[in-house]
Amino acid sequence: MKLRLALSCIALSSYSLLTSAGPLEQQLAAYATEAKTANPAFAGFSAARGEQLHITRFGLGKPETPACTTCHGNDPRTSGKTLTGKHIDPVALSVSPGRYADPAKVEKWFRRNCNEVLGRECTPLEKGDWLAFVGSR
Amino acid sequence: MKFPTRPVVLGLLALGFSALILSRAQAGGGHYYPPVADSVVKEECGSCHLAFPPSMLPASSWKRMMGELDKHFGDDASVDPEAARKITAYLVANAGDTGGQRYGGKLLRGVDPATAPQRITTLPKWVREHREVQDWEWRHKDVRSKANCTACHADAELGYYED
Ligand code: HEC
Ligand code: HEC
Ligand code: HEC
Repeated sequence: MKLRLALSCIALSSYSLLTSAGPLEQQLAAYATEAKTANPAFAGFSAARGEQLHITRFGLGKPETPACTTCHGNDPRTSGKTLTGKHIDPVALSVSPGRYADPAKVEKWFRRNCNEVLGRECTPLEKGDWLAFVGSR
Repeated sequence: MKFPTRPVVLGLLALGFSALILSRAQAGGGHYYPPVADSVVKEECGSCHLAFPPSMLPASSWKRMMGELDKHFGDDASVDPEAARKITAYLVANAGDTGGQRYGGKLLRGVDPATAPQRITTLPKWVREHREVQDWEWRHKDVRSKANCTACHADAELGYYED
């Protein structure tokens, strides 16, 4: 437990070094506050957990969209595609630096996409983990 | 920033002009449906699928659709009230039985606006135009949905729907 805690702290701080107070970092800070309220033991976001969320086949929402990868693809650095054939720019911040600048847009798509995949909204912890994942790629 | 402005504006004017000529030349052809030109509509209605041309459905259809966006073909496509108001105004003004009549009129032949159809792909004229498309073509992995117009109409984003 202690080790895991330490590891996620390292992950979070090295992550902070990479992006100096950009729009993504501000949103991570906001989700961190929410996550701490939900669970006082919250110990930072983890890109590894975010990756797990990204690739897991939940299949709890719409049958056609079991996972985030259904539309965004396995590799966040490559483009995705919706089921109706619409191109989606890569979700990795390194490839799409314009992303995650608009908190309302981020929230809107988390709401839609989590419902489609998990059949429920994502928790602040899940959102922060996923953003840490795409921010680290 | 001062310098490039003029050429850009001129370029846009020229584009608008040639588009006008083109649409005249094609009047009655049924090939050209002006693509969505409004940035809010493009963003909110063009992320999951092609931003369908407003002239492909009657105004009543768009009004109904905009009132049920939280239950949009199984998806939650809802937007904030301000955006919804703008989008509805744009779609209604350019619908196939209002401002977009000379483009969408043919496609809407035989459609009673009171029924407010929610799909372009079930309009009688659309079905007739696609009667020769084979089952396997619809099921092809690059198509999968009838609403995936761009899979077959490469210039659909530009408003052109010949093959
Ligand atoms: C049905 C297809 C689909 C699925 C499944 C999907 N997404 Fe998305 N996602 C989209 C589309 C379309 C957009 C908006 C287009 C864009 O931003 O390029 C988007 C955008 C986003 C954004 C906003 C990006 C930004 O720039 O602000 C986030 C965050 C996101 N998705 C997270 C997820 C997560 C997490 C999952 C899995 C739980 C997921 N998505 C599954 C289609 C999908
Ligand atoms: C979150 C994703 C999403 C967003 C955002 C969205 N749609 Fe859709 N839309 C869908 C899905 C899914 C379908 C059904 C596609 C299919 O049949 O394969 C659909 C279908 C449609 C169709 C019928 C297509 C046909 O079969 O003829 C129309 C028209 C349409 N949408 C208009 C809109 C408009 C207008 C907006 C903006 C207010 C919008 N959509 C925003 C997901 C979305
Ligand atoms: C599987 C391929 C396929 C898909 C997907 C598809 N079409 Fe077509 N479409 C065709 C073919 C083939 C024709 C017949 C072309 C011809 O006769 O010139 C056609 C004809 C048309 C025409 C008549 C053009 C003319 O010559 O007057 C229109 C309008 C049109 N399609 C619109 C659409 C729209 C809108 C969508 C998406 C909602 C769509 N199509 C999806 C294959 C497709």
